[in-house]
Amino acid sequence: MIIDALTGVLAIPAITAALLAALPGYRITARINVVATGLTLLCALSLFFRRPEAGTYLLVDDLNATFIVLTTFVGFTTSIFSASYIDHELEIGRLTPPFVRFYHAMYQVLMFGMNLALVANNIGLMWVAIEMATLTTVLMVGIYRTHEALEAAWKYFILGSVGIALALFGTILVYMAARPAVGEGLDAMVWTILVKHADAFDPALLDVAFVFLLLGYGTKVGLAPLHAWLPDAHAEGPTPISAVLSGLLLNVALYALLRFKMLLAVNTGALAPGPLMVTLGLISLIFAVFMLYRRRDIKRMFAYSSIEHMGIITFAFGMGGPLANFAGLLHMTMHSLTKSAIFFAVGHVAQVKGTQRIADMGGLTETHPVLGWGLVLGVVAIAGLPPLGIFMSEFLVVSSTFARAPLLALVLVFGILVGIAALFLRLNSIAFGEPRGPIGKTHASYVPMFAHLALVLGAGIYLPPALVTWFQNVAGLLG
Amino acid sequence: MSRIDFDIAHLLAGTLVLISFLELYQDRLYALLNVYAAHALVLAASVAWQAFVQDAPHLYVTAAIALVFKATIIPITLHRVIVRLGIHREIEKVVGVGAAMLAGMGLVALSMVVMLRVTHGADPLAREDLAFALSVVLLGLLMMVTRRNAVSQVVGFMSLENGLVLAATGAKGMPLVVEISVAFSILIALIVIGIFLFRIRERFDTVDVQALDRYRGERR
Repeated sequence: MIIDALTGVLAIPAITAALLAALPGYRITARINVVATGLTLLCALSLFFRRPEAGTYLLVDDLNATFIVLTTFVGFTTSIFSASYIDHELEIGRLTPPFVRFYHAMYQVLMFGMNLALVANNIGLMWVAIEMATLTTVLMVGIYRTHEALEAAWKYFILGSVGIALALFGTILVYMAARPAVGEGLDAMVWTILVKHADAFDPALLDVAFVFLLLGYGTKVGLAPLHAWLPDAHAEGPTPISAVLSGLLLNVALYALLRFKMLLAVNTGALAPGPLMVTLGLISLIFAVFMLYRRRDIKRMFAYSSIEHMGIITFAFGMGGPLANFAGLLHMTMHSLTKSAIFFAVGHVAQVKGTQRIADMGGLTETHPVLGWGLVLGVVAIAGLPPLGIFMSEFLVVSSTFARAPLLALVLVFGILVGIAALFLRLNSIAFGEPRGPIGKTHASYVPMFAHLALVLGAGIYLPPALVTWFQNVAGLLG
Repeated sequence: MSRIDFDIAHLLAGTLVLISFLELYQDRLYALLNVYAAHALVLAASVAWQAFVQDAPHLYVTAAIALVFKATIIPITLHRVIVRLGIHREIEKVVGVGAAMLAGMGLVALSMVVMLRVTHGADPLAREDLAFALSVVLLGLLMMVTRRNAVSQVVGFMSLENGLVLAATGAKGMPLVVEISVAFSILIALIVIGIFLFRIRERFDTVDVQALDRYRGERR
């Protein structure tokens, strides 16, 4: 085969981005966008069966194959949602055709950046890719050019740049630590080589490096207290971008952290990264659930819910061990699927109502039954009620923690319960009661939303043994 | 490595930290830009010296980028932007000069303590370079949080980035340094000047970030 799957995962978005930047006419570009992300997904899926050898720049192993498939899948479904969303935005004149062209090109650049960050075997390349992904999202968050959108983009740009700068400093320190053991040059930045020699690195230098990396990439994960950009960026950008941000970009940053965590785990003298991640995770969880209560903007509310769940996921990976890692991976997958489904619903709801204010929405299940019940199902899922997938993953996180650190588990359960209460309080006024606000028709595409929710429901009821084995295998890699 | 090589590298890196301090208390945008240009100039000299000492010709590219792009094009462009926006008046500060300088000294002490303690194994040149670089990074961060004006925040970010380039060139034989400095230049050029400043100007008739803060994150 001349073009292998790995090249496809990177080349398809890159070429499509150039193509979309050149093509006028938004209908055709929206379709090309969908087709391209679909093809990327197919390439990503084939990585499960056949994958190239690790090179100095690129690497595919079981860990990142999982991330790539998740990323390309949500990228694909979001592009379908995006097509109908953008259609409506053009109709009401919120976006003009030149902006739509720019938007589609940027969408593909974002996919390219995320895929590159995931397959990078070189920690410098990974950093460049994450920077690229961040930049494209900054541009897209500001695309509406309103006062609020520009403020959100500015805030995101400044905080994101600081995060990315700290991460680079951490990367340089890792290189400094590796140099005596691995030797000068490119090899000292190649992850697979680093992991082999990590035992010989200077532990103190590695510790400091990890602190910088945790703060730097942690900003991008949206961990409190570095989360300030996240709610604004989610609320003011186009909704497909909120879905991709929550469902994917946060995961990619977390993936970078996990790679470095694996590096530290090999070195016996270095500090355990677990407690740091556990602490940040719990702080994010507790902070976010209380912030959920007084939200007036629907997208902002679900942005805080993303902080909550990234907190839980970071917590699970911080606890470590086969069971907690398994729970973390499962939770990450379920959260990506559910949260993007919720944003699909919210995007259409906000378009119908012409606002994102929760106070101006009401009785959705009466006026728009499909959309309303879809949103209800999504919120039930994200709150972690049985029998949906998030219930299972949260249950696993909690139960694995109870065995090892009962006190932390109590805090965790408390946070989750507060979160559930807050979500239902808001859901009640949005979905039920007297209809409020405009009740116009939607020409929404419900397929992506219900496809995600069906997957989450399916995973909650029955997790195929093949998937369980796969996740167990990856959890073992994470140590 | 001979004694004089080390001394010159040390001198240049130390000067960079000193200029970071100078940036901290400039209260006029013009002066700030001039100091930033000097910052970039010293960075270029420092990187060129590292290229010479380490016998790494590719670093001359990074030095050239620093000289042409950061020390010349960016300050001149920002000068024009400032004139066009009519904001060559005083910079608002959140923290006073005294407090900012004290905080800066604390940060430099912190980075010395941290970096010198953990880098026993590394060679002395890289070690001190790293300590200076972290100081420059932290001073850049401090500048970003003590300023409200969008232009001076960007200058803070750029000097922070100079610190990163100093660290990257100090780490002997580090690959991708040139690529990273190009990536940063693109970041600065593309976003900051091309888009944000003009759009912010267009929409708010000010580049004072305080004006953006009217919107406090929650619709009412």
